[in-house]
Amino acid sequence: MATQHSRSAARIMMAPAVVLLLGWMLIPLIMTLIFSFKKYLPMRGGDLGWVGFENYVRFVSSSAFWPSVSATLIIVGGVLAITIVFGILLAILLNQPMWGQGVVRILVIAPFFVMPTVSALVWKNMFMDPTNGLFAHLWRFFGAEPVSWLSEASLPSIVLIVSWQWLPFATLILLTAIQSLDSEQLEAAEMDGAPPLKRFAFITLPHLSRAVTIVLLIQTIFLLAIFAEIFVTTGGAFGTRTLTYLIFQRVLESQNIGLGSAGGVYAIILANIVAIFLMRIVGKNLDA
Amino acid sequence: MARSVKTQRKIINTAAAWGIGLLIFFPILWTILTSFKTEATAIADPPVFLAFNWTMENYTAVLERSNYAKFLWNSIIIAGGSTILGIIIAVPAAWSMAFVPSRRTKDILLWMLSTKMLPAVGVLYPIYLICIKLGILDSRIALVIILMLMNLPIIVWMLYTYFREIPGEILEAARMDGASLKEEILYVLTPMAIPGIASTLLLNFILAWNEAFWTLNLTAANAAPLTAFIASYSSPEGLFFAKLSAASTMAIAPILILGWFSQKQLVSGLTFGAVK
Repeated sequence: MATQHSRSAARIMMAPAVVLLLGWMLIPLIMTLIFSFKKYLPMRGGDLGWVGFENYVRFVSSSAFWPSVSATLIIVGGVLAITIVFGILLAILLNQPMWGQGVVRILVIAPFFVMPTVSALVWKNMFMDPTNGLFAHLWRFFGAEPVSWLSEASLPSIVLIVSWQWLPFATLILLTAIQSLDSEQLEAAEMDGAPPLKRFAFITLPHLSRAVTIVLLIQTIFLLAIFAEIFVTTGGAFGTRTLTYLIFQRVLESQNIGLGSAGGVYAIILANIVAIFLMRIVGKNLDA
Repeated sequence: MARSVKTQRKIINTAAAWGIGLLIFFPILWTILTSFKTEATAIADPPVFLAFNWTMENYTAVLERSNYAKFLWNSIIIAGGSTILGIIIAVPAAWSMAFVPSRRTKDILLWMLSTKMLPAVGVLYPIYLICIKLGILDSRIALVIILMLMNLPIIVWMLYTYFREIPGEILEAARMDGASLKEEILYVLTPMAIPGIASTLLLNFILAWNEAFWTLNLTAANAAPLTAFIASYSSPEGLFFAKLSAASTMAIAPILILGWFSQKQLVSGLTFGAVK
């Protein structure tokens, strides 16, 4: 039984975290909203007054907008497909009896702990460099012409780098979910003569559906925001300018704050649509 | 008969898992190996795997040429400072939500989580402007505060899930025995909460160490941590594979080691307790 005294103490203890997060959320958000309705060019005259929805219209009608949407969709969709499909297969494999399971787990998880700038640069130079990269060596070995990956196949290359970073996360979560699967159920199905594929489709996969949804939502939120991988590999060139990168360029490179802020508001709305679904799942879990 | 089939399956599983595991780990292994090669060996065609003259010259070159110690120190201060500050602010909040829950606790937790979903790029300019106005652009204190706020929702959530597993009866018993709120926290709760706090510390230190949006956009010469140091190798230094590898190895080694200890917390921490 919580007393009146402990209730007010609890409120005081919660206050710093709540107040700080409220400020962290509201102050920049309100500023972005205000800027988005202004013509605001710090390097060329500063605040040039209100312009209504002009920035919102200009952001979506600029020639860079739709390519950035498709680049974003390709990267997010490609990485999600790869990490989830391979994540499920890898999780099932790692759940089988084997020697040295702990070590394999460590090997598989390792990429997640590599900072994004390192993984992007290592892939860009040591693997994808058209003259000295390992892929170039391999291509020449088979008598093929080396590919300059990041300009000729820029989007697949980025998808590969980012998938390498996120596969461990998907695998680890799906593995945790698989381990909670009741093995008796699988054994019973095996006894009844259900073939492996059917056991996978009717027992394992349904059991994993919640974990897959969570991986999907969490990764989407992080993938929509990837930045360093593009910053150090292509700098947004060769069709790799995502929505996030486009907004970054509008704000910091061309210093068109109004336009960039309108883009920022679009990004916030987009992320919130994904977040609502994630919060529902997490919220349900809180009640249990 | 059945036994040999089982062993056979185990051998196949082991081979497949090790093969895939090594394939996934290969870029890291290759980076570490390359860091011990000379620049000429590093780009040799066909590539040399192990049979080369191991050298430390790249490490000394990186340490001499760049102010590596300063970047490392910045990373430690920023990641460590933001994590510790976050824990100090989050422990009381998580404590009160776990032990004195009210009708609004769930809403507050979910709202905190929602702040984590805001895309950083959407508020890039406001934060940039605030830093300029306060004169803290390119300072460690700015990044300590920003990364703390960024990770605060995760810290509160992780601590909350750990605290909720501590049986409330123990706290009530202490209260019955006349323990004050301070004593209750100091002598009863803290010892039981230390493992949870330690895991939270570990995971958030890793997340802050690897953060590469704010650290790249808000730092220049003074406060740049290792993420920005490596990004500066983008070109043309990046073409010196051996030195790039040495710099990369130094930036990721501490976190790889810490990361292996945090595998378990990773799942519940990053899924906000939705997968355990």
